[in-house]
Amino acid sequence: MPYYEHVFITRPEIAPQQVENLVEEIKTVIKDNGGKSVYTEYWGLRDLAYKIKKSERGHYSLIRIDSPSSAIHELERIQKLNEDVLRYLTIKTDDLSEESSPIMKASLKKEGSYSSSKGA
Amino acid sequence: MNNSIPNITQIPTKRPFLRRKKTCPFSGDKSPKIDYKDTKLLKKYLSERGKMIPSRITAVSAKKQRELARAIKRSRYIALIPYQMD
Repeated sequence: MPYYEHVFITRPEIAPQQVENLVEEIKTVIKDNGGKSVYTEYWGLRDLAYKIKKSERGHYSLIRIDSPSSAIHELERIQKLNEDVLRYLTIKTDDLSEESSPIMKASLKKEGSYSSSKGA
Repeated sequence: MNNSIPNITQIPTKRPFLRRKKTCPFSGDKSPKIDYKDTKLLKKYLSERGKMIPSRITAVSAKKQRELARAIKRSRYIALIPYQMD
């Protein structure tokens, strides 16, 4: 099945715990539609390069998905309806790598601790 | 001595603009992969105003320049790099 990479930004006012719940919800949606989320990452509360919907900062999360396109249509519908999500970007990728993205590596180097969670 | 005749040394001689052939930084096998999340790499190909630098200056091959442009536009969309820096 095709591989997708889904990055989304959520409002800074919501707590990281809520972002986790959102990620879990996304995982269940994908599982229901016959796909599976292979790898998730939480880049933390970052400053945006420009204001999006009046907010200067946002929680960035990344999910790598292996699923049919129907799951992605459902995922994007949910993200559109969810007011907390400022912006999302889904990309079809050809390989599904488990290694962390450059942003995650940079933040890991800073903290020196391994905090990214492995998707179920 | 009226210096209406320009001094020969001041006339800019047309020096042949010898430029050693710069190779595309993404052509080798050890070259970095273009990724829209890798802002450090993308920033190297943006001017200080945040605009894309043309490939004739950065000597990036046409195929890689298209890939680079796509990555830059994607990371701008998710606010990892700004559209313009003033």
